[in-house]
Amino acid sequence: MIRLLSLFESSNFQWVFISTILLGMAAGMVGVMSNLRQQGLMSDAISHAALPGVILAFLLTGEKQLPVLIIGAGISGLIAAFFIYGIEQSTRIKRDAAMGIILSVFFGGGIMLLSIANRSGGGQSGLDSFIFGQAASMVRSDTYVMGGLALLVMLLIFVFFKQWKVVLFDPQHANMMGINAHLFSSLYTFLLVLVIVIVIQAVGVILMAALLIIPALSARYWTHSLLILFLLSGFFGGFAGAAGTLISSSESNLPTGPFIVVTSSGIFILSLFFGAEKGLFHLKRYINKTALQSDGTSGGDEK
Amino acid sequence: MSYTAWILLTGSLVGISCGLVGVLLILRKMAMMADAISHTVLLGIVSAYLISSSLDGGSMLIGAMLAGLLTAWLVQWFESTGIHSDAAIGVVFTTLFAIGVILISTSVGNVHLDVNHALMGEISFIPWNTVHLPVIGQIPQATLLLMIITIIVIAVIALFYKEWKVTTFDPALAASLGIPVLLMHYVFMTLVSVTTVAAFDAVGAIMVVAMLITPAAAANLWTDKLLTMLIISAVIGAASSCAGYGIAIWLNTSISGSMAFATGILFVFSYLFSPRHGQLAKWFHKPGEI
Amino acid sequence: MECIFITQKQFQKLCKRMVNKVTALSVKNLSSAYQKKVVLDSLTFSIEEGTLTGVVGPNGAGKSTMIKAILGLQPRMTGSIEFFNGKEKKLTNRLGYVPQRGAVDWDFPTNVLDVVTMGLYGQIGWFHYPGKKHRKLAIEALEKVNMAEYANRQISQLSGGQQQRVFLARALVQDADLYFMDEPFAGVDAKTEKTIISVLKELKSKGKTVLVVHHDLQTVPAYFDHVLLLNKQLIAYGPTEETFTKTSLKKTYGGEIHWMGSDQIAESL
Repeated sequence: MIRLLSLFESSNFQWVFISTILLGMAAGMVGVMSNLRQQGLMSDAISHAALPGVILAFLLTGEKQLPVLIIGAGISGLIAAFFIYGIEQSTRIKRDAAMGIILSVFFGGGIMLLSIANRSGGGQSGLDSFIFGQAASMVRSDTYVMGGLALLVMLLIFVFFKQWKVVLFDPQHANMMGINAHLFSSLYTFLLVLVIVIVIQAVGVILMAALLIIPALSARYWTHSLLILFLLSGFFGGFAGAAGTLISSSESNLPTGPFIVVTSSGIFILSLFFGAEKGLFHLKRYINKTALQSDGTSGGDEK
Repeated sequence: MSYTAWILLTGSLVGISCGLVGVLLILRKMAMMADAISHTVLLGIVSAYLISSSLDGGSMLIGAMLAGLLTAWLVQWFESTGIHSDAAIGVVFTTLFAIGVILISTSVGNVHLDVNHALMGEISFIPWNTVHLPVIGQIPQATLLLMIITIIVIAVIALFYKEWKVTTFDPALAASLGIPVLLMHYVFMTLVSVTTVAAFDAVGAIMVVAMLITPAAAANLWTDKLLTMLIISAVIGAASSCAGYGIAIWLNTSISGSMAFATGILFVFSYLFSPRHGQLAKWFHKPGEI
Repeated sequence: MECIFITQKQFQKLCKRMVNKVTALSVKNLSSAYQKKVVLDSLTFSIEEGTLTGVVGPNGAGKSTMIKAILGLQPRMTGSIEFFNGKEKKLTNRLGYVPQRGAVDWDFPTNVLDVVTMGLYGQIGWFHYPGKKHRKLAIEALEKVNMAEYANRQISQLSGGQQQRVFLARALVQDADLYFMDEPFAGVDAKTEKTIISVLKELKSKGKTVLVVHHDLQTVPAYFDHVLLLNKQLIAYGPTEETFTKTSLKKTYGGEIHWMGSDQIAESL
């Protein structure tokens, strides 16, 4: 406990701690949307596909400034998303295969560029951290950039909450009512890419998907309301971010990303079994209850 | 055989085995399962190392196989509770991969088990690590493993060809015909895991995904016949390996990265020029003018 | 005597309607294709305001595609659409669409009242949130489809017929002028079927125009005053008693139609 308290006195730890919480929250909320669109793995594909953009931004500018790398990652992530939708729409190839193609080919291209960047010297070592993530290396200015963008993501979700709800539930109906579903679909892709590129440095390319998928999936077991789902998923994400950072900081050389993911998975397992609305134990009780009811009243909802 | 020849042979074997397995993956709409298994195999390798404290091919294969099966089983189980397959895959592979990384960073530590190596692969080291076989002579260990796996893959697909066909096309029909659909599913998942592990050393986990999915998807654009698709996919896989090696030498860059990138080039070529489903063909046969 | 107050605008609209019948929907040369297959082949027809039209045709005749193409939810190859004699433009909120039940994810985290309230989002506008007034409108619509008691129920816990009625309430609350319904009668219980019919009658009495994709040939004469026979091409369109004949049905369904004892329906027309 004393060790934990002493951790908080280190100012750098404070920044890392705040960053991972904000990133966890933003990722958890965007994850609600991608899960409802049943596109959880898009985050995996886009995060892998962001790699060539990061390296290319570095090669072109010769700088390792976070904003520059984020822009590079964002452009390459958006191109990847565009290609995935394009392949899916213009060929017989299904979306999961399209994601696999883009993910691996872009990542392969990224590795090619990375090895060129490493050879051409300079401060190369930092770029590898995009693959496995390095939350502990974040500094104050990183927190400003990432935290600011994370807050922007959350703001955009809540300002357009009403529109998101219709577009996610029934995009055709949204169109009929003058809510441009296509526009919001594009905005969603933008938010997805944005949240991915700011989280990559913390948890890395590979575990990225977990931060989006798992909190949202866990929250679904506790509520049937979309608003609470967003809030709860953000809370779970933030909690996992905080817990993972604390655990990994308790000893030196522990990676942060994996501990965030494992904490998140722990929440998921608890929710899966004990969730108040859809948890497995709850469902069992519900089925028993309704079975009893229909025995008593001889007829379900339809009389 | 020369150094380059061994690398080309190894790369082609990766292309062929992954290309064949990939066709079934695509048609079963399980492309992202390949991505998942290629990551969770890491946990299998780490666990195998922790138990047997050796890094030989045998224990690695068994560990990987078990990890692959565990992944398949967990995903299947989550799906049965009503979770969408995308989310189920996402939860399982990230969690198992995270556990693998934590195990490495806490207990295995300084031993030669480099996550970087497992994910990126390093085909250029393969020709140095040889074993001696009676008739053939010196042969790289990884190449030998890949040869065996490729033969197994071909054998399993050929022996149960019609069963694969029917379980892939219409599982319900297959079940009504008395074919053990679920068993076939797990056999297939095992096949994916061992292929992944064998290809691991050569191209690394993420490049395996490229080799598994991209050639098969490209082949899907050239033909409507399963057998033809298998052959084209294997050829594209082998060709991308060789082309990738060429690119890597030319640009002096990562070989595995270039091989993955080469599958993409061949896919783009197929996407544009395939006579059946290519974009140019579509351009010339606009609907309505039939 | 009961007095009815109407605004000048409404009065003008009413007069206009009485003098010359307004065309609610006019379709010219509409074609649509899925990949390389032509699904709709140059349809041309126009539908008068205040009619109740059944869209009938065999499986794969392009009924749903036609509706989606008209609404711009599906790309069309050729053709122009005109709503209410105006040039084609976004007529949001004057068009209502009741999709097939399978079109949405019924596991979505929301309840019945919320889904119906979504029908009002177009009127509520940006940055505003639904209030008491909107909730009241939604409850009223739910009462019309006999679903008020389920207002707070999670939508995954509804039967197929109840889901259909929720969709119907959502369309009602939208208060559109031209409705498109895609197989609302498919697989619903008797209670729901009755509710749908009464809602259709009510819409018609209010002067709304409704197009309904329908499967059950036997009920067509009873439910609809107009019928549109479709099999990739437009076979016939007109008042039910003139159009819904054995010859035109044979033309729509080919020789393979089985009458199953409903011969007299066609003949009695």
